[in-house]
Amino acid sequence: MLKAKIHVFLKPSVLDPQGQAVTNSLHSLGYDAIKETRISKYIEIMFDETDADKVSEQVHTICDKLLANPNTEKYAFKLEPAEDK
Amino acid sequence: MKVSVITFPGSNCDHDALEVFAKRGHNTVSIWHKDTELQSPDLVILPGGFSYGDYLRCGSIAKFSPIMNEVISHANRGGLVLGICNGFQILTECGLLPGALMMNKSLQFICQHQFIRVESDSTPYTYGLPEGKVLDIPIAHKEGNFFIDEDGLKALQDWDRIVFRYCDEAGSVTPFANPNGALDNIAGICNEQRNVMGMMPHPERAACEHTVSRDGLFIIEAIEKYFSK
Repeated sequence: MLKAKIHVFLKPSVLDPQGQAVTNSLHSLGYDAIKETRISKYIEIMFDETDADKVSEQVHTICDKLLANPNTEKYAFKLEPAEDK
Repeated sequence: MKVSVITFPGSNCDHDALEVFAKRGHNTVSIWHKDTELQSPDLVILPGGFSYGDYLRCGSIAKFSPIMNEVISHANRGGLVLGICNGFQILTECGLLPGALMMNKSLQFICQHQFIRVESDSTPYTYGLPEGKVLDIPIAHKEGNFFIDEDGLKALQDWDRIVFRYCDEAGSVTPFANPNGALDNIAGICNEQRNVMGMMPHPERAACEHTVSRDGLFIIEAIEKYFSK
């Protein structure tokens, strides 16, 4: 089994109103040193497969097709061995 | 005119769309998203709502519904496709329209009457409407903040593909009149061939004798005029 740990995040050029709201909130809590907050999505997918190359190729396809919107988002992922539960 | 309205799981403006066209004497057909036939329509409507619960991103899962292959083929043949609200989101997700609808700048769901200005009369959806005409059409969305990269925006502007902009009652396009933070106050755009249009406001909610505004009828009449020309 392999687990893909995928981050889908907004491109730097895209405004993140949620991140801005969190920054404002943190400022109001007194964390003045915080300059910017960006919110992203974290997705875990379990693969019943041990070939990392195969899984990696599939994760790229899945991200391009569905998990990330290429207009506004980028993604990054890593694979790690996972226990079969 | 024959109008096919697609129902996705979570669509909730499909019956409004069917009713306003049926009331005007058009042949309307309700199409389930798992169907594989559009039944030869003149116009396909992707209605508003929350397809697949807006999971992942609005419209991102609906683009894989079986009927979408037919919708894309219909559009590529030059057939008319109108996406309203969630329908607009689905059109950007499936690539029939560029850009993306991001979360509103205020992070709030906005449900209100909204003035929009006709920016281009050279679409089937604004056929015969004077450019600059102001319409009062309700909006109801949380993800209507239109975004596109710089080159994409320039292409929309240069090729007269911005169909509606948010404005005030007098027709001025100002940041104050922009309800959701949309780039360049964009409320609706069309594709290069001008047969596919997406818009966040809901014309079908302003098109009967019981609604506060009936300005949605201008858009419906424009489509009728386009087909009877």
